[in-house]
Amino acid sequence: MARRSHVQTTINGETVEFLCEPRQSLLEVLRDELHLTGAKEGCNNGNCGACSVILDGRLVNSCLVLGVETEGKSVETIEGLAAPDKLHPIQDAFLENAALQCGICTPGFIMSAKALLDQNPNPTEHEVRYWLAGNLCRCTGYDKIVRAVLDAAAAE
Amino acid sequence: MPIVAIPSLLRNLTDGEESITVPGATIREVIDNLENRYPGMKARLCEEDRIKPGIAIYVNGLLTRGSLIEHVDADAEIHFLPAIGGGVADTLH
Amino acid sequence: MLENKDYKVIGTRPIRHDGVDKVTGRALYGADFQAAGLLHGRVLRSPHAHAKIISIDTSRAEALPGVKGVVTAKDLPDAGDKVADLGEGAVNLKHLCDNILASDKVLYKGHAVAAVAATNPHIAEEACTLIDVEYEVLSPVLEVRQAMEPDAPLLHEHLKTTSLGETADEPSNVASHIQHKLGDPEKGFAEADVIIEREFVTGTVHQGYIEPHNATAHYNADGQLTIWCSTQGAFTVREQVAEILQYPISKIKVVPMEIGGGFGGKISVYIKPVAAMLAKKTGKPVKVLMNRADVFEGTGPTPASFIRVKMGATKEGKLTAAQGYLAFEAGAYPGSPVGPGAMCIFAPYSIENVIIDGYDVVVNKPKTAPYRAPGAPNAAFGSETVLDEIAEHLGIDPLEIRLMNGAKEGDRRADGPVHPRIGFIETVEAAKAHPHYSAPNGKKHHGRGVASGYWFNIGLESSVTINVNADGTINLVEGSTDIGGTRASIAMQAAEVLGIPAESVNPSVVDTNSVGYTAVTGGSRTTYATGYAAYEAAQEVKRQMITRAAKLWEVDEANVQFADGEFSSINGKEEQISFRDLCARLGETGGPIVGSGTVNPGGAGGAYATHVVDVEVDEETGKVEILRYTAVQDAGKAIHPSYVEGQIQGGAVQGIGWALNEEYIYNAEGEMTNASFLDYRMPTCLDLPMIDAVIVEVPNPGHPYGVRGVGEVPIVPPMAAIANAIYDAIGVRMTELPMSPDRLLKALGKI
Repeated sequence: MARRSHVQTTINGETVEFLCEPRQSLLEVLRDELHLTGAKEGCNNGNCGACSVILDGRLVNSCLVLGVETEGKSVETIEGLAAPDKLHPIQDAFLENAALQCGICTPGFIMSAKALLDQNPNPTEHEVRYWLAGNLCRCTGYDKIVRAVLDAAAAE
Repeated sequence: MPIVAIPSLLRNLTDGEESITVPGATIREVIDNLENRYPGMKARLCEEDRIKPGIAIYVNGLLTRGSLIEHVDADAEIHFLPAIGGGVADTLH
Repeated sequence: MLENKDYKVIGTRPIRHDGVDKVTGRALYGADFQAAGLLHGRVLRSPHAHAKIISIDTSRAEALPGVKGVVTAKDLPDAGDKVADLGEGAVNLKHLCDNILASDKVLYKGHAVAAVAATNPHIAEEACTLIDVEYEVLSPVLEVRQAMEPDAPLLHEHLKTTSLGETADEPSNVASHIQHKLGDPEKGFAEADVIIEREFVTGTVHQGYIEPHNATAHYNADGQLTIWCSTQGAFTVREQVAEILQYPISKIKVVPMEIGGGFGGKISVYIKPVAAMLAKKTGKPVKVLMNRADVFEGTGPTPASFIRVKMGATKEGKLTAAQGYLAFEAGAYPGSPVGPGAMCIFAPYSIENVIIDGYDVVVNKPKTAPYRAPGAPNAAFGSETVLDEIAEHLGIDPLEIRLMNGAKEGDRRADGPVHPRIGFIETVEAAKAHPHYSAPNGKKHHGRGVASGYWFNIGLESSVTINVNADGTINLVEGSTDIGGTRASIAMQAAEVLGIPAESVNPSVVDTNSVGYTAVTGGSRTTYATGYAAYEAAQEVKRQMITRAAKLWEVDEANVQFADGEFSSINGKEEQISFRDLCARLGETGGPIVGSGTVNPGGAGGAYATHVVDVEVDEETGKVEILRYTAVQDAGKAIHPSYVEGQIQGGAVQGIGWALNEEYIYNAEGEMTNASFLDYRMPTCLDLPMIDAVIVEVPNPGHPYGVRGVGEVPIVPPMAAIANAIYDAIGVRMTELPMSPDRLLKALGKI
């Protein structure tokens, strides 16, 4: 086994330390080392967006980032989005709009939508579709997802 | 008496007859009576006292469990059809 | 179009019960399962599409530090040539086992040959590269017509064509031939004024669920095997694993985790028995995950096909005869969905003279698996474009010709049975009345197309148990894995019976030891059949509650009625108590109440859809853009309309992908060259407009609330609708799927 490196990072506002092999992706670290399984593996090569997280304010596919690269950085995952007693408006909008079916792509879509609304609080439908094109959903045909994101923008 | 629709691939046994009226209160009785009139029919539909895998039985338009003990009404319409292979039924077994 | 006259819960849009877990990342899917001491499994797959296995040497892999166990087909019980009866038809057990781990031959690139369990996934992967397999490479057979040639290389020496109980003498790649014949097709074609005959080719496509297959297995010292996995049917997994491992079902518990999409592709097992074998060998829990390439290459897609359709009509537009020839690629082992394809191809229409021939043909590709209305989309691509061409020849509006010939209750299907009450005509009328159909459509390179589709839907077994809580809520226990909101649609049916809000139902999807037998989430059956079982269980609860109210009031049961969530005494004594208040008094009136319902309903009721699409074709690049899409469908009764719309929209979009982009691209060696999401191009949201889902409700007499399954039929019309729209735009009839830019440019004579 390759020698494991010590990494200190911030995840959802909390300082976290972990050991990981240099070859382990951030997705593997989140899921297998830290048991944050909200980010999903759909393809492991950056094509489906199911593992989307926000790294220092920037949307990334966590399968394409190495765990060791997060040293000193800040990671936002789906687990950190809701307040203890209140969902984030994007989460509410997904539920109200029935914007999920199987739900496997949902954490990734919500993180992508958050990254979009963080920088563009009033996107057009086309801007939403353009931004979310890196997230695949096979169940919904995207209609209700796009509506949910537009609704969340209107609500925020 | 129940009416049995003869599938096209079995009509060589019935001299081309497309539907046959035969007595019987269960699928087993219907098939036995078909066999009496058209020898060879039972071997095409059954093996070891059960309906062959791959054959589905519809009674009055409804898919049955394909069992020989299935009851049929006096005016039932019975179809022997290929089971839905590869679709839901086959792989879900 | 949605009516809600008598219902309080049905037809409303509550938040789904599992929603919060799924938007917060808390919901646990198969790959999320963790256990102490967990080992990680990895499967070695064949690099060849067709080869004999000469030898497998696992010694170098076993010697790698961290490797805890290796299995091959030798570790499987000897299957012989037994036909396994798995409850609903039969499959050849050797074929079933060989598809799990190949014994003597590999039949497709990606075919599993061995598996390793190690302390981490990277070591397991490394160990796979250390397994030495010697192959004798054979010529692959990669296309259905090629495979049907008399001199084609044979995949299986002993496979012989069966035709409804009769078996041919000579071996062949054609596993079976089916035929449906109605009336006198020759006479029908003789009566026709116009006859159109065309040939169609469709590609291999994958369900494309985002979650790869996964399984974790553990053997206890007492022989109890537990499998945690994503599946469309926990009981089906139990049956298949029991057959493959020759292990009693009573010693197997399957725990269904949340499932990340299936569309039919998560019914067959692949790595679940492998995880069990590795767990047995190592004595540790073993988790096996597929990667995306494994999913494309090692699991069942839906088949490529060759289809010939001939239809005839009088000059007034009456269809007089139809002929269909369907040859489907089963993949490596028999069992393509040619049966349902043949059953559905002309099912929207009432035609007196029909002949349909179907062939199930093995080729060196993964064994096909169900995919949403399996077989019907391939078939409808042919029949619905030929019908469009007939309408064009006769100068009749394409929806009008569908109304003229549309199947109605009492009409006979080509395969024999007569239609019960169906809603095909209603879908066509709704499409015709929709503003989309009358919107202007005259721009250059813009076109509009329509097509319809049929899927028969299935019933099968479901079980539901309801436990009544003292606070007026109920816990609903079910065995149907929730793939798209069925916890809600099933809970709502129980809530309706008991006069309580949907939120007062706590639905749980449980393991195979904890609920009665329940067939898969598939065949558009879950809201129909498990909903029916929930209805029955709730009725049982209601009956018991009436007994308690009667006891409480010291009246005869016949004098207690239940309406709008209130029990009341009639005939004399004036008493009233709500469902909720009576729940609080169960202890004093006799103890807990448990209601159960089991069903195996035969009246699933077929579903119809009619779609309208506008496209723009770029003649320079061959790209087709979807401008507007309207999908009309008969849902019988939409329990939760949002999730019905979701099924319609999702199905239509999968159809759009199938129509325009998706296919397995093979090289001459039988290797799939696009086994990634980047290269197997599924639609993204940027490729699409909003999908207008229009629900029509023609209640199904085979369900207490009139439900028809809705999940599958929306994928049937899109391919033909888009082909017809492309023709309207540029005057070219497309007969090959997908209608990708290169094929379009070829059809336009540009390349």
